[in-house]
Amino acid sequence: MLEIKNLHAKVAGAEILRGIDLAVNTGEVHAIMGPNGSGKSTLAHVLSGRESYEVTAGEVIFEKKNLLEMRPEERAREGVFLAFQYPVEIPGVSTTYFLKAALNAVRKHRGLEEVDAMDFLALVKEKMKLVEMDQGLLNRPINEGFSGGEKKRNEIFQMAVLDPKLAILDETDSGLDIDALRIVATGVNALRSKERAMIVITHYQRLLSYIVPDYVHVLFDGRIVKSGDKRLALELEEKGYAWIEEQLQKTQPVGF
Amino acid sequence: MTTIAQAKTSYQAHFSQVAKELGQDWKGWVRRLRETAISRFGEMGFPTLRDEEWKYTNVALILDTPFQPAPYDVRSLRSDMPAWVSLGSFEGSEMVFVNSHYSPEFSSLGQLPRGVEVGSLAAAVTAEARWVESHLARYACYQERAFVALNTALMQDGAFVYVPEGKVLEGPIHLLFISAAGKGATVSHPRILIVIGKGAQASIIESYTGRQDEVYFTNAVTEIVIGENAVVEHYKLQRESERAFHMATLEAHVERGGNFLSHSVSLGGALTRNEINAILDGEGCECALNGLYIASGEQHIDNHTRIDHVKPHGTSRELYKGILDGRSRGVFNGKIYVHKTAEKSDAKQTNNNLLLSRDALIDTKPQLEIYNNDVKCSHGSTIGRLDQDSIFYLRSRGIGVEAARNLLTYAFASDVINRIKVGPMREQLDQLLTAKFHGGS
Repeated sequence: MLEIKNLHAKVAGAEILRGIDLAVNTGEVHAIMGPNGSGKSTLAHVLSGRESYEVTAGEVIFEKKNLLEMRPEERAREGVFLAFQYPVEIPGVSTTYFLKAALNAVRKHRGLEEVDAMDFLALVKEKMKLVEMDQGLLNRPINEGFSGGEKKRNEIFQMAVLDPKLAILDETDSGLDIDALRIVATGVNALRSKERAMIVITHYQRLLSYIVPDYVHVLFDGRIVKSGDKRLALELEEKGYAWIEEQLQKTQPVGF
Repeated sequence: MTTIAQAKTSYQAHFSQVAKELGQDWKGWVRRLRETAISRFGEMGFPTLRDEEWKYTNVALILDTPFQPAPYDVRSLRSDMPAWVSLGSFEGSEMVFVNSHYSPEFSSLGQLPRGVEVGSLAAAVTAEARWVESHLARYACYQERAFVALNTALMQDGAFVYVPEGKVLEGPIHLLFISAAGKGATVSHPRILIVIGKGAQASIIESYTGRQDEVYFTNAVTEIVIGENAVVEHYKLQRESERAFHMATLEAHVERGGNFLSHSVSLGGALTRNEINAILDGEGCECALNGLYIASGEQHIDNHTRIDHVKPHGTSRELYKGILDGRSRGVFNGKIYVHKTAEKSDAKQTNNNLLLSRDALIDTKPQLEIYNNDVKCSHGSTIGRLDQDSIFYLRSRGIGVEAARNLLTYAFASDVINRIKVGPMREQLDQLLTAKFHGGS
C-alpha cells in the first residue's frame, strides 16, 4: 500500500529525514518510535503534504501512485489521514460544517454521492460513540476551547468519519492521562481492519500496550535504524534510546 | 479633471436648481435651514487630505465626476427591478426610495401599532408633523461637516420614522434606497429622521443599492433620536454599484437609559465613507457599534466612528472587522471620547482586519480621549493574514485550498454576522457571504 524509498527531507534548510525506507501493507499497524528530534513528526508531515517541508530525494508510492506529487487535499481524498499531534483551533467554523464538507470532498473523489444532512448526522452519531465524544462538541467551532483529550478524541473521530486507507497517528498519546489514552486507543483499535493500514508515531511504549503494533521501527537521526516486532518497543522502554545510540556507534566507524 | 473649486461651484449651482424646483413645497423654516447649510458649505468647501479626519480618504475622486441631481424616475426602474434589486424582503414594513424619493408603489407598510408614523420625510415636513421641526438637522452637524451641509442644503426626500412613547415594533422597518442613475452620473442626498419615544422599541434596516455598472453618488444623512429607556437596533447594508460613491453620516442621540445598537455592513461602492457618531447624553446609556467591511479590486472603504460618553455609567462596545483583497484599501478610525462628566464609563473598542492579498491596505486608528479618572476603557486593533496552520488542517481533511481559504475568511466575519438580531437579515447576509467565500471546491 505504502512504499517509502530513500526519503530525504529538509525543514528550514536543515536536513531532518536522511534516507527513510519503509513498506506498509494493507491491514498492518506499524509503530515508529524515536527520541525527540529524530524526525518522527517530520515524516508524518511530509506524508500528509505540508508545504514547509522540502523533499530533496527519494519517493513515496501510495496505492501505486506517486504521493509526493499530490497536494494535501488530494492525499486526503486518496485516503491518507493524519491525526495531528497539535490539532489546530479554528474559531468560527463549526465541526459539523467542516467535517461534512471534508466527507463530501472525499466521497466526490471516490465517485460516491454526497451525504445529506440526515445521513451525515446518523453517521456522526455512530462514530462519536467510538471515542465517547460529547455531541455538544459538534456545534462548537473546531477544537476551540477543547481540552487536550477532547482534541485528540476529535482527531480519531474525524478519522472514523472519513474512513481513510492509511492513518498516520502523530504522537496521539502526548498529553493524555491514562483514561483519555484508553478511550483514544479503544477508538483506534475499533478502526483497525484488513482494509486499513496505520502508522503510529510515538515517543513512548505506553501507547503500544493499548494499540499493539505488528511492526516497530526505531527512527534515529532521520533514518530507520532498527526494526522488529512489538518486543522491540518493550526492549526500548527498558533500555532507553541511549541503547540504540550505543549500538549504532558499535556498528559504524567513528565520525560517520 | 474637475478642480475642487469647480466641483464646489457646481454643487452650489445644484442648490439654485433645487430651490427653484421645490418652490413653496417645503416650509419656510426648511428653506432657511437650506440657505444656512449651503452658505456654510460655501465657507468650508470639500475636505482634503490635509484635514486630519480625511487623511486617508481622497474625495477628489468623487469631485472628478460631474454629477447631476438625480431625477425621480420610477419608470426606468419598474421594468427590470426584480432582476437587480436582490436585497430581498424582510418581515415587517418595507419602504422603497428611488433616488431618495419615496415610492409608495414599491412599498408595503404592513400593520403598524397605533401612533407609529412612517413615510416620506418631504410629506412629513409639508404636513407639519410637529416633531420634524424640533429634530430635523438638530443632530447632524452641517456647521462642521461639508457632506452633511450639502445633504442639508440639497435633500429632497427620504424617510421618517416616529415611534411614540412605549410602543414596541414587532418586525423591522426596512428602508431601501435605490439609485437609478439613468443616462448620466447622478447624485442624490437621502435624508432620514428617526425619532423613538421614551421606552419605545424599534429595529430599522437601511439599505443602499443600485445597478452594478452604474456611476452615481449617494450622500446620505441619518439622524436617530433615542428617548429615555428606548431600544433601537439600526442596521445598515451598503451594496452600492462597484462604480458608485457612497458617503453616509449617522448621528445617534441617546437619552438616559437608552440603548443603541448599530450594525454597519459595507460590501459595494468604489469609494465609501461611513461616519457613525453616537452621543450618550444621559446616565446609564448603552451603545454597541458593530461593523463589517469587505473590499476587493480597487475599492476604498472608510469607517469613522465616534462615541461620546457625556454622562455617568454609560457602556459602549465596538467591534469592526474588515476583509480586504486585491488592491483595496480600508480605513478604520474609531474615537471614544469620555467627557469629564462621564464617570464610571465603560468602553471597549476592537478592530480586526484580515488582508487577503499583498496589495491590500488598511489604516487603523483607534483613539481614546478620556477626561475622567474613574472609567474603564480599552481598545485594540489587529491586522493579519489567513493562518497557514488552519489552512493546512482543513486541506489535510480533503478540503481544497480555495475552499479552505474561503471557509476561514467567512469564519473571520462570522462573529459580527452572528450579532445581527434580525433573523432574515442575518440569513441573507450569511448567504451573500457564503456565495462570496464558498465559491471554491
